[in-house]
Amino acid sequence: MSAPGATIRRTVGLSRIPLPALAAASLVLVTTALVLVFFVAPTDINQGFSQRIFYFHVSLAFTAYACFVCGAWQALRHLWKRDPRADLQSYVCVHQGLIFGALVLLTGSIWAKISWGHWWVWGEDELVLFLILYLFYCAYFMLRFSVEPGTQRANLSAVYALFGVVLIPVSFAAIRLSKEFLHPRVFTLSGPNFGGWILVTYCVAQAALLVLAYTLYRLELAGKRLDLRLRELREVLA
Amino acid sequence: MSVAEKYVTAAYCVVFAVVLLYVVIMALKLQRLEREVDELAGRAPAEPEADEEREPAPVG
Repeated sequence: MSAPGATIRRTVGLSRIPLPALAAASLVLVTTALVLVFFVAPTDINQGFSQRIFYFHVSLAFTAYACFVCGAWQALRHLWKRDPRADLQSYVCVHQGLIFGALVLLTGSIWAKISWGHWWVWGEDELVLFLILYLFYCAYFMLRFSVEPGTQRANLSAVYALFGVVLIPVSFAAIRLSKEFLHPRVFTLSGPNFGGWILVTYCVAQAALLVLAYTLYRLELAGKRLDLRLRELREVLA
Repeated sequence: MSVAEKYVTAAYCVVFAVVLLYVVIMALKLQRLEREVDELAGRAPAEPEADEEREPAPVG
């Protein structure tokens, strides 16, 4: 078993991977996942072909959660250690989480239309709670851009991002608390409700989307940092 | 193609389209930043080329 310190060092080491290598890894993993989804994974007996949305829909949801958790972690680093880079990193994480969250809602709606005959079911706690979580993080941007850039904006954004992370376990637990049982329950306390090629395909899709999210995060962060430095340079030259 | 197949294809196309749109937006932004860097490099004062003009002299 590795020490927590070693895990943190490994995570920090991720930032040393060059962006082109990450982009190539994302492309390979996403392509492999698509091949597995459409040509290898068996067709579900109950839901038929439409179940194939599951592989990306659930993976997108966990990726969005991971982005929000990462955003909260960076926010904590900003508040605790006053790391000057953490505020921008937290912002980019939340932005990524919103993009993946939008994809969860879109793919979920399409799946709902096939399975339930409706684009949206307001009676489903899981759906509504995810929408609340999504709207909560949309409001993060309203808050952030309504305050002048500086320490106050960074502090307010960090506190908001930290509060948002509390909604994630609530959103996840809503599946278990729901009485209707319309939304499929694929992960239980005893593990996933599937195995074989379905599990392999899901794991590859999940890995692909996590790597894709990290690649996009790095790309956006590089752009934002460059933008910031250019503004500072402009001010110096002005 | 069945209705389910059409919907599943649509779902994956939506994912692809959103990611592609995001990458295109980022690429456009990086292009803009590159133009700004060129503009700032043009405004910066040129460095003197004094080293080439100096004659070598023995040291020590």
